[in-house]
Amino acid sequence: MKTKIILICPFLILLCSFVVAQKVYTKNGAISFFSSSPMENIAASNNQVMSVLNQSTGDLQFSVLIKSFHFKKSLMETHFNENYLESDKYPKAIFRGKINDLSKLNFTTDGSYTVEVTGDLTMHGITNRITTTGKILIKSGIATAMADFKLKLADYKIKIPAIVKDNIAEIIDIKVSCVYDQKL
Amino acid sequence: MKKIILLIAISCCSLVRSFAQDTTDLLKQIEKEEPRKTSYTIATFKSTRVITGHSVENIGKGVLDVRILHRFGPINRGIYDFFGLDYASMRMGFDYGITNNLMIGVGHSTWQKTYDAFFKVKLLRQSTGAVNMPVTMSFVSTMAVRTELARLDTFNKRIHTSFADKTSFAEQLIIGRKFSNKFSLQIMPTYIFNHNKIDSINRYTKDNANIIRGQKRKNTFAIGIGGRLKISKRVSINAEYYYQLPDTKPDKKFNSVSLGVDIETGGHVFQLHLTNSNGMTEKSLITDTDDKWKDGYIRLGFNISRVFNVGKHK
Repeated sequence: MKTKIILICPFLILLCSFVVAQKVYTKNGAISFFSSSPMENIAASNNQVMSVLNQSTGDLQFSVLIKSFHFKKSLMETHFNENYLESDKYPKAIFRGKINDLSKLNFTTDGSYTVEVTGDLTMHGITNRITTTGKILIKSGIATAMADFKLKLADYKIKIPAIVKDNIAEIIDIKVSCVYDQKL
Repeated sequence: MKKIILLIAISCCSLVRSFAQDTTDLLKQIEKEEPRKTSYTIATFKSTRVITGHSVENIGKGVLDVRILHRFGPINRGIYDFFGLDYASMRMGFDYGITNNLMIGVGHSTWQKTYDAFFKVKLLRQSTGAVNMPVTMSFVSTMAVRTELARLDTFNKRIHTSFADKTSFAEQLIIGRKFSNKFSLQIMPTYIFNHNKIDSINRYTKDNANIIRGQKRKNTFAIGIGGRLKISKRVSINAEYYYQLPDTKPDKKFNSVSLGVDIETGGHVFQLHLTNSNGMTEKSLITDTDDKWKDGYIRLGFNISRVFNVGKHK
């Protein structure tokens, strides 16, 4: 009996570690945004996005440091942090969501899957529920998530003063790309 | 034996439970592993100048800042001179950011027909996180050459001046801290070397007959203090004061006191202010202020700053 238990133990531990391996993450995911307006185009990107994907439950979470968004023009970056996103007050944007149609996904076989994600996005102190479609690519066991969606600045109480109204779009295009190559 | 099985069962349960908790806060797990990052403080001041003197701020790499500065006559001249607006002293300057921590600039002032050039280097950056630095520190070195001809002396001869006689230097250390989102303060220990022969002899008494031969001061030490208080996202109130150490202060000169408002709109910063100084380079601002606020010698002034991105982007 004792030997049996001793034999079972490694399997139990293995099983546990298998459960752990279901959670994958990245610390250098990419998020970029683009504002197109008659006067000028504004683009910024952030390559230090943290994101976790729980492959067994479909939980998908993002943590984005606002100060890590970089612009071509340094003054834009200052204004973005200082006047619009107020990164001293609200240093991070957080998304906590779920893949709605997890059953479609098979994380062990290579392929491209179109999925729908719903969750709460907290930014500039405001939380909104958003839904978007994205793509999950599986290649040799590693999942890559990609999504394009739009956000309305007014939904997050980011005010554009009248004088620069023609320079900043009301709706911003967001691009997400994360390679989940780390295991938790 | 049963006890052992029970023990394993319990431990398994607790393991499962711990995983169940983890699913709700996945981010916390990886954040724990994440080494703390350094978060640098930005926008201690809206502009590279508090009012006339330098702030701790630098302009970014590849940015050209075109600055037009005006100082009008004293408002106590009354309506005849339209409260000083009939007279304007001007400086036009071009600043350029070589790196994010090093900028250079040149300018020309109508006052004494001065040409000036400076460089400003950021030595420390205020930050929190992995690197905890309470202040931002910059060093500014300015050189100014006065090209205005000396007035005729009582024998109708121009005083001979060499290049060195017309040149002055100002070295400033700026230590600033953004205390909160709204309030920033900086102190500026300053050394000014002014081998200006004209400055000491180009002053006349009221009847213009005798030259006042003031005591020549080559070295002036001053301590400046500057601050800003944001009243909205794009508007702040600024103040600047330079105290010249009494032993080194040139004769019949006063300390510079300025009070202003910064208004920021996109790539422009407008700075409107009241000051008793006419000069817009360090030497003339700090050591060349002829009037006092108390006597009503207050001048209206404004700076306009417009930035252009001229450098190559990464």
